[in-house]
Amino acid sequence: MEFKVSNAPFIHNNNSVSKIMRQLLYALMPAIVVYVYFFGWNIVVNLFIASITALSCEALMLLLRKRPLRAFLTDYSAIVTAFLLALALPPFVPWWITVLGTAFAIIVAKHVYGGLGYNLFNPAMAAYAMLLISFPLQMSDWSVILDTLSGATPLDAIKNQLKITDLKAWEWINLAFLLGGCWLLYKKVITWHIPVAMLISLIIISAIFFLINPNLYSSPLFHLLNGATIMGAFFIATDPVTAATSNKARLIYAAGIGILIYVIRTWGAYPDAVAFAVLLMNMAAPTIDYYVKS
Amino acid sequence: MTYQNIIYEGLWKNNPGFVQLLGLCPLLAVTSTVINALGLGIATTLVLMASNVSVSLIRNIVTNEIRLPVFVLVIASFVTAIEMFIKAFYYDLYLTLGIFIPLIVTNCAIIGRAEAFASKQPWDRALLDGLMMGLGFTIVLVLLGGLRELFGYGTLFSQVELMFGEAAQWMTITVFEDYEGFLLAILPPGAFFGLALLIALKNMIDARIAKA
Repeated sequence: MEFKVSNAPFIHNNNSVSKIMRQLLYALMPAIVVYVYFFGWNIVVNLFIASITALSCEALMLLLRKRPLRAFLTDYSAIVTAFLLALALPPFVPWWITVLGTAFAIIVAKHVYGGLGYNLFNPAMAAYAMLLISFPLQMSDWSVILDTLSGATPLDAIKNQLKITDLKAWEWINLAFLLGGCWLLYKKVITWHIPVAMLISLIIISAIFFLINPNLYSSPLFHLLNGATIMGAFFIATDPVTAATSNKARLIYAAGIGILIYVIRTWGAYPDAVAFAVLLMNMAAPTIDYYVKS
Repeated sequence: MTYQNIIYEGLWKNNPGFVQLLGLCPLLAVTSTVINALGLGIATTLVLMASNVSVSLIRNIVTNEIRLPVFVLVIASFVTAIEMFIKAFYYDLYLTLGIFIPLIVTNCAIIGRAEAFASKQPWDRALLDGLMMGLGFTIVLVLLGGLRELFGYGTLFSQVELMFGEAAQWMTITVFEDYEGFLLAILPPGAFFGLALLIALKNMIDARIAKA
């Protein structure tokens, strides 16, 4: 007797893809609201630019690759990529960075690898890493707000004060992502394995170093509520195409991301590490799948 | 093998950069500008020609068991000569290319041609093969260097004085004024992306030709 083993992509039922993608978009809403509250309406403009770019690039690549246009354009996957990237970018990036990043995500990271279901790397994170490496100045500039407030005198005191509100903003945004993540869990769009394993591994490793030397290493809470930790745990690492496939393999995959986030944040050169950690574990996912047979 | 065949193989059908994917290390490492690429390409071509002719001339003396060490010795001697030459006459270029000049020894394209072609062919064919393989490699290097320099710095032929002296300064073209730079193109990932795009382009042209 022969069993047919089918490989990714599992996109026979286009309907279910668009349903999942729609839920993802709903789940992003609380974070977007908090974002607007702290950083202003620019994020909405960015989301709009990114979505338009994503849809145009998607259409262009579908035409070039002679794939059905409608089915793929209406599955929302391009929009989700655009939203995730726009939310990861600083709110005041020049518009061409958003356009370039989204185009890279759709054209190179998604379609060159074969389109939805075939891509090896998370498109939004590949684009984020590309932008961060290419334009480090614009990409780490979260302080435009304070420049416009303080005018031509960027006093250190004001800077420090605003940095504190910046941090607060991040905590609220992360909590909003957590709310959206719980919605995804409730709707069974994602399972608990990846977010829980990733957050716990991050907590454990940061707690170890925090206990060894609290003056040198930040607390686990700081790591949880800053940068893109929560967003990464619920929205990015859980991407079914680029994650490991079995549940046991997913635990290892996600724990690897958590540890890498800590390592890169603490000893690496770049400010946030979620993108690099996810990309590195994307690379390792097939190997993990191979060795962990459930 | 006819002369025409050798030319076609080296420049297009069996191009070391596009098809054999040999010598990727220098190909990816020094192609951040056109001039760097051209410098290394010419040096590699000279070594390739000289080593091909020598290997072809001694092919009946060298026994099968020791042929590889002998090839390496021959190649290494020529690379050392070229390195000294560049150091003597193009010192600034020598400083820019740095370790990648002595590393020409390890370029698999050279020992590959010695083993696959020169050790079985008369010296005139081996010479032509060395020239064409070298030119093919140089073309890929220069194309990739141009692509990366254009997107990375917004210029073409910058630092042209390294090779052609101060009088050639006019050759430097600034394509984009006030260009902020696209760092990825200059960094190693940019080399991989650029090479992949060029190979895709070559395959596309091949497919078009096959269809026509």
